Amino acid sequence: MRNEFRMAAYRTYIIVWIALLILTLVTWGVSYINLGMGNVAVALFIASLKAALVALFFMHLRYENRLVWAFAILPLFFLALIIFGTLSDTMFRN
Amino acid sequence: MQDVTETKNSLPEQGLETAKLGIWAFLATEVLLFGGLFTAYTVFRIGQPRMFHTEYLKLNRLFGAVNTVVLICSSLTVALGIAAIRQGRQRMLKVCLVLTLLLAATFLGVKYAEYSEHIARHELPRTNNFFSLYYMMTGLHAIHVFAGMIALTTMLVLAARGKFSAEYHAPVEITGLYWHFVDLVWIYLFPLLYLIG
Repeated sequence: MRNEFRMAAYRTYIIVWIALLILTLVTWGVSYINLGMGNVAVALFIASLKAALVALFFMHLRYENRLVWAFAILPLFFLALIIFGTLSDTMFRN
Repeated sequence: MQDVTETKNSLPEQGLETAKLGIWAFLATEVLLFGGLFTAYTVFRIGQPRMFHTEYLKLNRLFGAVNTVVLICSSLTVALGIAAIRQGRQRMLKVCLVLTLLLAATFLGVKYAEYSEHIARHELPRTNNFFSLYYMMTGLHAIHVFAGMIALTTMLVLAARGKFSAEYHAPVEITGLYWHFVDLVWIYLFPLLYLIG
């Protein structure tokens, strides 16, 4: 019984690891196909998918309380603010 | 009264919860440290799309992909090591830490080969904005990998001294969170620098 429980924890990590490897292979393969701006979208989408897998499973965010979630999400909000704030200036200069 | 407070604060689980919030707060500052560079990347990429398109083709996509796989594997070994020590399996923790350190060294080795290739072709930080950003972003990341190796080595030494158990292993969990973050940064650096242009 205890052994089964023990193996279940490892199995989740192995599955996540395989998913990450497959996603890396996909993003690498897609980079050789010319999709124009589509390449940027696909690359960033797959990167975010991989990041979510790492954060949720490897960093145990899935099992954390709301306070830890707030600590994880807040910097992303500020990062978006910095990028959009900067772009709203640089993109409209002459 | 004083005794009660002391006992309360030294509860192992409570220590782990506090330490976790500490490392997540630190990681938040790290997101913004790299965030400045990601912002610069976005601004220059939008400003000079043609230059980025010709320059990104000069990066070795295979090296980048290999290093991505290496870091993903190192994240797995750290995760497995933590799962092991949660069950009090000290030997497996040590094996996992050694494997992680070897993978980290492999990453830096590949990075060294890559830098050498670029320097031989006179693609230096001063060459253009793309290579400035490339060296700054991957360089800052490599420093983080190196810092991670110091932390992992410390954990290995402590594990070898038998300091960790199923009840007490907060430092391993914290080091693991930092290491996964280093992996996370690379997960974004790889497509941004090597795959799109």
